[in-house]
Amino acid sequence: MANTRTYDEDVLTEEHGFEDHFHDHHHGDKYQTSFLTHYIFSQDHKIIARQFLITGMFWGLVGALMSVIFRLQVGFPEESLSWIKPLLGKWITVNEEGFGTLAPEFYYALVTMHGTILVFFVLTAGLSGTFSNLLIPFQVGARDMASPLLNMFSYWFFFLAGVIMFYSLFLSTGPFAGGWTAYPPLSILPQASSGSGAGMTLWTLSLVLFVVSVLLGGINYVTTILNMRTKGMNMWRMPLTIWAFFITAILGILSFPVLAAGFFLLMCDRTLGTSFYISEIFVGGQALENVGGSPILYQHLFWFLGHPEVYIIILPAMGLVSEVLAVHSRKPIFGYKAMVFSMLAIGFLSFIVWAHHMFMSGVNPFLSNFFVVFTLIIAVPSAVKVFNWITTLYKGNIRYTAASLFAIGFVSMFISGGLTGIFLGNSTLDIQLHDTYFVVAHFHIVMGVAAFFGMFAGVYHWFPRMFGRFMNETLGKVHFWGTLVGAYAVFWPMHYLGMAGVPRRYYSFDNFDTFAHFDNMNKFITIAAMVVFALQVLFVINFFYSIFKGKVQKTKNPWGATTLEWTAPIDAPHGNWPGKIPAVHRWPYDYGKDGEDFIPQIAPLAEGEKDHGH
Amino acid sequence: MTPLLILICLVLITIVVIQIGKVTELASSIRGEEDTQFETNRWSGILSLVFLVVFLVGCVYSAIYYKNYMLGYGPHASASQHGGSIDFLFDITLFFTGIVFVITHIALFWFAYKYQGRKGRKAEFISHNNKLEVIWTLVPAIVMTLLVISGLDAWNEIMPDVADDEDFIEIEATGVQFNWLLRYPGPDNMLGTRDYKKITGVNPLGQDWTDPKNHDDLQPGEIVLPVGKKVRVRITARDVLHNFYLPHFRVKMDAVPGIPTYFIFTPTKTTEEYRQELSNYAEYQVPSDPDDPNGPQRWETFEYELACAELCGNGHFSMRRVVRIVSEAEYEAWLGQQKSYYLGNIRNGDEDPLKGQVLDLEISQRKTDFTTAVKQALGAPDSVEKVIPLNYVQYETGSSTLTADSQYELDNLGAGTQGECLSAD
Ligand code: HEM
Ligand SMILES: [Cu+2]
Ligand SMILES: [Cu+2]
Repeated sequence: MANTRTYDEDVLTEEHGFEDHFHDHHHGDKYQTSFLTHYIFSQDHKIIARQFLITGMFWGLVGALMSVIFRLQVGFPEESLSWIKPLLGKWITVNEEGFGTLAPEFYYALVTMHGTILVFFVLTAGLSGTFSNLLIPFQVGARDMASPLLNMFSYWFFFLAGVIMFYSLFLSTGPFAGGWTAYPPLSILPQASSGSGAGMTLWTLSLVLFVVSVLLGGINYVTTILNMRTKGMNMWRMPLTIWAFFITAILGILSFPVLAAGFFLLMCDRTLGTSFYISEIFVGGQALENVGGSPILYQHLFWFLGHPEVYIIILPAMGLVSEVLAVHSRKPIFGYKAMVFSMLAIGFLSFIVWAHHMFMSGVNPFLSNFFVVFTLIIAVPSAVKVFNWITTLYKGNIRYTAASLFAIGFVSMFISGGLTGIFLGNSTLDIQLHDTYFVVAHFHIVMGVAAFFGMFAGVYHWFPRMFGRFMNETLGKVHFWGTLVGAYAVFWPMHYLGMAGVPRRYYSFDNFDTFAHFDNMNKFITIAAMVVFALQVLFVINFFYSIFKGKVQKTKNPWGATTLEWTAPIDAPHGNWPGKIPAVHRWPYDYGKDGEDFIPQIAPLAEGEKDHGH
Repeated sequence: MTPLLILICLVLITIVVIQIGKVTELASSIRGEEDTQFETNRWSGILSLVFLVVFLVGCVYSAIYYKNYMLGYGPHASASQHGGSIDFLFDITLFFTGIVFVITHIALFWFAYKYQGRKGRKAEFISHNNKLEVIWTLVPAIVMTLLVISGLDAWNEIMPDVADDEDFIEIEATGVQFNWLLRYPGPDNMLGTRDYKKITGVNPLGQDWTDPKNHDDLQPGEIVLPVGKKVRVRITARDVLHNFYLPHFRVKMDAVPGIPTYFIFTPTKTTEEYRQELSNYAEYQVPSDPDDPNGPQRWETFEYELACAELCGNGHFSMRRVVRIVSEAEYEAWLGQQKSYYLGNIRNGDEDPLKGQVLDLEISQRKTDFTTAVKQALGAPDSVEKVIPLNYVQYETGSSTLTADSQYELDNLGAGTQGECLSAD
């Protein structure tokens, strides 16, 4: 991969860069002097990114461990679980013969916590929080976020949300156990589920703080992207990562407040005796006074966030994957503008499809017609993106790293899971498939696994940018191949369960002859899940080991990438560039152009050369 | 202890892999990074191909292995009229998505193999291709249109409520933690009114007993329906959301407290017919109780099942009811045996607001009884048997005036003797 020309980033930056007199006033050091302000209450986007990442990884491990535990119950109901009693205490009930089972209420609590934690804490904060923070200032050529202070708050609100959620695990009445969607009336009535008492109070409190975190972050990302791009960085010269974070942030800003409003009404119903969501309920031997509310209203508000939320999760992953694929196949991303327009289309459409989660919820079936149409329209821009990723590989010269492998794996997962969306989006098929394992397979593959793959691609690829070292590639590749095969082994069979009609969220299948004959499959899935979990532990070990002992990064731009983050020093100071800010002269995908391996964005156009970013 | 063993194995393997990782890193720094990278590329390319093959073969193999769970295929065919259109739609969607799945995966992993980085090779600068992009936008758009149209066509066929002039049976299912309460309208074909504030231990549905429509309503423990007859299920819930789910009939609808929903379907196969179909498949020709090898086989014990498909609390997984589809005649016979819930459990008890009063229902029942008695008496050869006791004509206690209710019986006497009976002779 010999360059025909080499670029000295420092010289280019000095010659063509943009002098903003940042280092004239020493305001940068004001909040970087002590350990506390540098590493804990840091306002530096690079540190905040790492805080999001490591907190996200903590939650990822917790959430994944939960899934292994409840899978043990589903896969091996005839095996005693008394050996995990030391860890789980009263969550495991042991009968006279010493046989331990996970109590149903804790099964449901684990399922609920698993969903909440992974969707919000890991795949929203851990993914978008990490990479928006790391890459937005770097790649648009800014010294930091528009408001480093709000940025810091964004992290600490997330942290606080996590603390509260974690605390709720230890309540005597148990954490919330009504599913991550928290549908009322179940989430309102402690009489109906003990987790709906204090557990639900903390759950809502935690998520409201989380909404604040997302909004503070989102406003910052949008402002930074709109106002703080460096000289020459017009919108069509932004890497797809930045486009993805930009659209993600807008989706978040528009949809999360609706969730907060929905939660606010829920809290009123829970504490003030209002009846927004409940009507004509008889529970715990008592007829409640509430009349006139509608549980379906909550579902509208929830999914008005909930559907954009799934794109809030996947868009950053798409951005990371696009970038990683282009860099490592040494080719421009295919159809850059089509990629941007399809993301915009997906972003827009994601606001008008929410009721596809509610086809069977009792809304007027006539209404579903519109949602079917819009939902299946989303498949078109999604398909375009897939074709473009595949074509990006075509005639490339692919350099295989853990990052590029995970990017390719992402595409496979997104295809497999996106295609099952086409089944579910057709309301007629949803009659049979709704709330079965088919849905579980769909969203774990398309959102869960795919987003994780995007995140892994990002972590392996930008690890040097974060820590000045590389992660161990061999372990990375074991992690990749194992997870690719393992994740399919976990979720592919679930399609068959779903077709057979097996409902999701069943603690046990023995009550129904129709659902009872899949013991072997359930065991297989559980074993695969344990293997996949072990591989993630391997990743975490590799991650922390490499922070301290990984191969040291010697050159600034190890991947030969065009984008600005690799023009800053390896140990980038506060403000990112020690002198001038680099100015941008071209789009970010000049790989393999005019016979050159790559031309960085800061390299001025040659005479008569045409730029693609206009 | 299987899970524990697996856990221990995994820990050991992890440790080994970490050591290998360290060693290879060392080796690569000795060999030179560039060469190691090309070597890696080669391996990754090969593994991509291997994965592609294994994955596609695995998909096909598993699909064949589980073919009997495909919607509309083999034993998993739907047992309702509209179910066929769902199964059909599933199959055409599977067809189109299957094609896309296979083509895109072959392209993805084949390119991953073919274009692995090699020494001295250069990537080609291909930034876009408008024609290609238009094509691959249009093709999915067209396929989607096709699927949307056939989907909505079926949807708008399945979902609308019944028209007034249609002939259908209405039943009601109410989800409670953790059970389904079932209600049939009884001979009057009308479900009586309910009020959730009237719910008590003996009145689980909160039926308003002053509403005569409630008096003949039934609360059976299972759903029994005649084959080939349209059924409208009125679906409600008492406490939290539930979901009325009949997997074999492709029926699913949320049960919402305060907002009754419905689903309309027509069963097309009796339980017995369905069992016969199942008997052709090997997986149903095994003892249904593994501990009793000589007991009935799985197909013989098959029942349609009603389940809950919306998380409703700790017992969500246990809300089972049996659904039996029978012939019209069996259905009528079954209905005839069912006792009105009101008459059986409420009538003249503490909770009966009509305690002591005579109901329209009873009056008409007595009238029928009386008419039959009169007919029998007229035809009887023996004069003793020609006597008809007036059971319900009574005097007020300690008085010579008749009770108010006696009049109904006397009316029967007039009508019975003058009208129907005499003309029958
Ligand atoms: C081709 C595009 C897609 C279509 C047509 C589609 C359609 C649907 C539909 C109709 C449902 C509801 C199923 C049900 O509950 O019965 C659903 C569920 C879901 N989808 Fe998708 N989807 C698509 C892509 C995605 C993507 C890209 C993501 C996330 C990145 C995603 C995440 C989810 C999640 C999380 C759920 C389940 C939520 C729950 O009930 O817990 N989907 N999808
Ligand atoms: Cu959605
Ligand atoms: Cu339920």
